[in-house]
Amino acid sequence: MPIPLKSSEMPMPSAPSSQAIALQGLNHWYGKGDTRRQVLQGIDLAVAPGEVVLLTGPSGCGKTTLLTLVGALRQVQEGSVQVLGRELAGSNQRQRQQLRRSIGMIFQGHNLLRCLTAEQNVQMGSDLLPALSYRARRDQARDWLRAVGLGDELHKLPHDLSGGQKQRVAIARALAARPRLLLADEPTAALDSRTGREVVELLQRLAQEQGCAVLMVTHDPRILDIADRLLRMEDGRLKTLPSAVQ
Amino acid sequence: MNPGAWLAARWRARRIPLAWLLLTRQPVRLAVALAGISFAGILMFMQLGFRDGLFDASVTIHRLFDADLVLISPRSTSSVSMAGFPRRRLVQVMAAPEVEGITPVHWNLLLWRNPQTRATRSILALGFEPGDPLFIDPTLAPKARLLSQKGRVLFDQQSRPEFGPVADWFKQGRTVESEIAGKRVRVAGLVGLGTSFGADGNLLTSSETFLELLPNTPPGSIEVGLVRLRRGTDAQAVAQRLQAQLPSDVTVLTKEGFIAFEQNYWRTSTSIGFIFSLGAAMGFVVGCVIVYQVLYSDVSDHLPEYATLMAMGYRLTSLLGVVAREGLLLAAFGYLPAYAAGQGLYWLVRSATQLPVAMNTTRALTVLTMILVMCMASAGLAMRRLADADPAEIF
Repeated sequence: MPIPLKSSEMPMPSAPSSQAIALQGLNHWYGKGDTRRQVLQGIDLAVAPGEVVLLTGPSGCGKTTLLTLVGALRQVQEGSVQVLGRELAGSNQRQRQQLRRSIGMIFQGHNLLRCLTAEQNVQMGSDLLPALSYRARRDQARDWLRAVGLGDELHKLPHDLSGGQKQRVAIARALAARPRLLLADEPTAALDSRTGREVVELLQRLAQEQGCAVLMVTHDPRILDIADRLLRMEDGRLKTLPSAVQ
Repeated sequence: MNPGAWLAARWRARRIPLAWLLLTRQPVRLAVALAGISFAGILMFMQLGFRDGLFDASVTIHRLFDADLVLISPRSTSSVSMAGFPRRRLVQVMAAPEVEGITPVHWNLLLWRNPQTRATRSILALGFEPGDPLFIDPTLAPKARLLSQKGRVLFDQQSRPEFGPVADWFKQGRTVESEIAGKRVRVAGLVGLGTSFGADGNLLTSSETFLELLPNTPPGSIEVGLVRLRRGTDAQAVAQRLQAQLPSDVTVLTKEGFIAFEQNYWRTSTSIGFIFSLGAAMGFVVGCVIVYQVLYSDVSDHLPEYATLMAMGYRLTSLLGVVAREGLLLAAFGYLPAYAAGQGLYWLVRSATQLPVAMNTTRALTVLTMILVMCMASAGLAMRRLADADPAEIF
């Protein structure tokens, strides 16, 4: 339940950042009155364009909340959230919806549309690019599916694909909208370790080719080495870990 | 931009037809929805068809008259209770310069004895001078000459079978005789008129025979006066003028007014219109419930997918558009079988009851509109479920 901002709590307008993500003094609460609980405490974070950042931490520490705030899926309560140069504090529904078009999202479950084929699912992503013709968007969808190694499964329904294939379709769908930021929430959770590794490597490679920043929440210790930077979250606070720790 | 270029641009900008795919990739749900809509549509077609058919049937005879104006008694309420008025009123009308000709008509229900079973049944009898024009149909005149002999009648071969196998016997060349009001009559020929609400059968006879069958008719009294006007005359204006000139013991109607007078009786003085409209409304409600159920559970089942689309940056309005298009598609594909079944059932009713029930554009459009309203209202209600799709909850 978002808490309405008092005008005194409005963050000072800051200059547009050239970072993909720039968080300053981000606080967030759930609940109201006595049951009000702070889930994010004074988060500061900057992610450069093209950078791959992994976020780990115990469950319930606020990782997913952070992801929904950065993904413009939730109203910012306090602090500054700049995503792709746009300030999200005090934004309205329409502005958040517009910004979401530039953010690719990959979920724990693949969240594919069950009644669409792999190709059609990916085209739901490229359909967000209004300037292209239908044919161009469909061809792009096919190209993306080939890029994730599913060139032979274009016309299969999600039902007929394996877990790893579904997650690869989801990656293709997220990238088809040409995002400049990719958010992923435990994309390997439903996959075995080898498939998980393949999927994440693919994601990292394609994102880097597109110059797309990646913020990924994960519990999977085997994939931490793909990160440019590792972050750990505990009780709503962020800590930077040197990659060498792994 | 010209329409062609606009269409081409729209075609270029089209997206994955999500509504179509949602419906067609769930064939069972689609079949249930279409069955429900078609059922509702058929119910509406039948009820409205019966209603209009019965109203139409009530004026089967009225339409046949060769008349521009019709004089009746103000005490007449419908074809089953026609009162008499002085015949000289009709003669007075002849004074008007626009009037070309008149036909006095006797009109009453008489008891006809079935020549086979000897059972009696009420039949509508019209009496006229055999030389006078009565119906627009020109084939009547030669047959009417047969009536100049006393005790002869022309029998409507479309009368219900309860009146006996008169038409069959006559066609076989047999002499068909029966009794009306205890007096012997002979069938001199057959005509094709059609049954109506008030009359299960019809017969024509001469005024002379008619008065013999109904000796209590006051002299110089008729029930209907037909007036033919010169070509190009404004019937409405003449009717108004004559009404003002004539005493108040007669009502002057145009032919359309005469038809409306009869239909109005059945519409307002009986519950027929209400009953059949209620039947159609029931179909509408049943259809609404089915379409709403189908669309609501469809939206519910796909809620996480809708939330995913919102997270991807699709606008809520474009997702509402998906549900609306589902409703439109259901309406279109549910209407077609309902229309076809309606045609078939109308044919069945026509052959079983001789009621003039047929598809017409007005009813086809009425039912289409009702199905559209039904589907779009249900879609509108199902859309409220979409408000529960919160993209923040899907991570």
